[in-house]
Amino acid sequence: MSDAIITVENLSKRYLIGHTFGSDGVYSYTALRDILGREVRNFARKAVDLLRGRQVVQGDEVEEFWALKDICLEIKRGEAVGIIGRNGAGKTTLLKVLSRITEPTGGRVLLRGRVASLLEVGTGFHPELTGRENIFLNGAILGMTQREIRKKFDEIVAFAGVQRFLDTPVKRYSSGMYVRLAFAVAAHLEPEVLIVDEVLAVGDAEFQKKCLGKMGEVAQGGRTVVFVSHNMAAMKSLTTRGIVLDAGRAVFSGTTEQAIQHYTQLLSRPIVGKPRERSKGKHTAIRDVRLLAKGDHEPTTQYVPGEPLILEVTIDTDGTGGMSLELFLTDASRTRLGFASTYSFHGQTLPEKEGSYRAIIKLDPLLLAAGRYAFDVATSEPSANHWDHRVESAVEFEVQFSNALGYPWDFKQSYGFGCLTLLCRPGAEFVRLGPASNSSGRGHSIADRYHELSPS
Amino acid sequence: MSELIVIEPGRRERHYWLDLWRYRELFRVLAWRDLSVRYKQTVIGMLWALIRPFMTMVIFTIVFGRIAQLPTVGTAPYPLMVFAGILPWTFFSNGLSEASFSLINSANLISKIYFPRLIVPTATVVVALVDFLVSFCMLLLLMAWYQFMPDWRILVLPAFVLLAFCASVGPALWMTALNVKYRDFRYIIPFIVQFGLYISPVGFSSSVVPEQWRLLYSLNPIVGVIDGFRWCILGGQSELYAPGLVISIAVTAFFLWFGIHQFRKMEKSFADLV
Repeated sequence: MSDAIITVENLSKRYLIGHTFGSDGVYSYTALRDILGREVRNFARKAVDLLRGRQVVQGDEVEEFWALKDICLEIKRGEAVGIIGRNGAGKTTLLKVLSRITEPTGGRVLLRGRVASLLEVGTGFHPELTGRENIFLNGAILGMTQREIRKKFDEIVAFAGVQRFLDTPVKRYSSGMYVRLAFAVAAHLEPEVLIVDEVLAVGDAEFQKKCLGKMGEVAQGGRTVVFVSHNMAAMKSLTTRGIVLDAGRAVFSGTTEQAIQHYTQLLSRPIVGKPRERSKGKHTAIRDVRLLAKGDHEPTTQYVPGEPLILEVTIDTDGTGGMSLELFLTDASRTRLGFASTYSFHGQTLPEKEGSYRAIIKLDPLLLAAGRYAFDVATSEPSANHWDHRVESAVEFEVQFSNALGYPWDFKQSYGFGCLTLLCRPGAEFVRLGPASNSSGRGHSIADRYHELSPS
Repeated sequence: MSELIVIEPGRRERHYWLDLWRYRELFRVLAWRDLSVRYKQTVIGMLWALIRPFMTMVIFTIVFGRIAQLPTVGTAPYPLMVFAGILPWTFFSNGLSEASFSLINSANLISKIYFPRLIVPTATVVVALVDFLVSFCMLLLLMAWYQFMPDWRILVLPAFVLLAFCASVGPALWMTALNVKYRDFRYIIPFIVQFGLYISPVGFSSSVVPEQWRLLYSLNPIVGVIDGFRWCILGGQSELYAPGLVISIAVTAFFLWFGIHQFRKMEKSFADLV
């Protein structure tokens, strides 16, 4: 008898996805006859699916997609395990299979304990019901008994800080209050295994800290925690072991530290995918985007923080007026970090004469943390309020090393402290206000101020 | 507690019925939620459960009793006979149509949390049952108005309420599962309900059906339920057609088994399809 509480053997999960011709603009000018033919074929296929009791997939062409492929892992009782991986690597699917929400296509999972999963905060909250009623509803949905909820009711309310609004329908709550209440219920679950998806990325910083603290308590209380997050700092403080998923496979398992390192390496490896299709917009087409080196203006994939960032964009236009060129800087997890717009910020539009153009865009120096970045590039019609042509990750680049002022500390994106070095020159200025324990006098402590603001 | 749970493709859980029992609290809470939300932000609230069947009764009495001149059973007043039919029919049709959409409406629940999915549609049928009980008060008022006294047979009514419950749950589960997979049923279900109203003896007595067709007519499980209701409520005025009742019970039992079977077969893929 092993002390493994979760054993996963060769787990696979397949989804069927449909493709439609024409939605990507390639086949958009087809004759009515073709469309009719396609509709008839689709109808025939769906009818056959219905008769055989199979799933109906929208689209012209059905493709198999393996969200998980031959995953094997073991999680021991009392362990706190983090699962990391790129978006679409299969993390959420794995959690869904573990929490019995969806059935695997192959392999098996053995669970030796009561599992509670938290894939979303506030599952099943009903907007018409009051806060009090929703606590009972949500608690029951998460698997608590009414007695358990009643016992913890006051604790939950205090944790969420919504005492005054208990008898108000939650549809009148602010979104912050809503999320706080939802998390408070979830935080008081006491299962043997707790499965948590990226749910901590909600609420304000103060509340997030509180949630992390609560999660840490759970992990230290000897219960098993399986945790998915892109927040590497949270991952480090909560988990002891890390598992890296990539394209549906478990590619690494080890200490959290090692796993994060492996993940970072994975991110810096070129993303192998289909060659970019030659798509285009209605009026414009972004042909090519490159990052240029500072001195010789040769294409590069490296950026040195603190130097100007030079982009070269090749673009076709049919001469429509009022078009803007826009850039989005994203980090390795595809979070948007920054935005630039030729029209919104500089009043500049694309040339109004048909032709192919090359634009050199020089951005002010950025103090980026070490890691991988990309630019999404788009053209837009500000008046029409939509993208004309948008290319995601049009150019990718890397920052090898980041030590903004020459201090021997390499600031990395994967630390979870963000992507920008914030410099304070010459540093913080400290002015002594008095003895630290003295709360009277000029210097009010934060606690005092909070007291003044709170109603009672 | 170290009970072993195995997750495998195609595996029926051994603990399914035990799980269902374990989640009874959720069942209660969901039924309570549906009930308390049902008449929120309406002006007359629960009265809707009285007004709707009452209006239907008035119209059916005029159309079938006055215009078509169909006979009532024995000496019972026509409106009373119609109402005794409307009660189980409303329960059946509400249960069926609301349960069929229940899983789609709680898609967010299904894709985020595990529980035996059987709970959701069944809880909806329970809500329809509460509506039925409210409408039943209307029946009592009507009986007082017509000074109609029921006899001992009314004591058998709970058995027929149970039959009505089973008759709605079976097809409802099947429709629910199909509706998750093939959204065509979104359009088929209202049609079934509308159609069923006319092929079931709601506005008229089943005794108007020619004798040689009655056995066939009883294949519709609601026929047995409505006849049973009339037999209980109208006292000796309506006789019970025994072979028909047996067939109705058999069909109901079959649909209950079939509904649960089909539902469980598709249950595990709901989260991917909904």
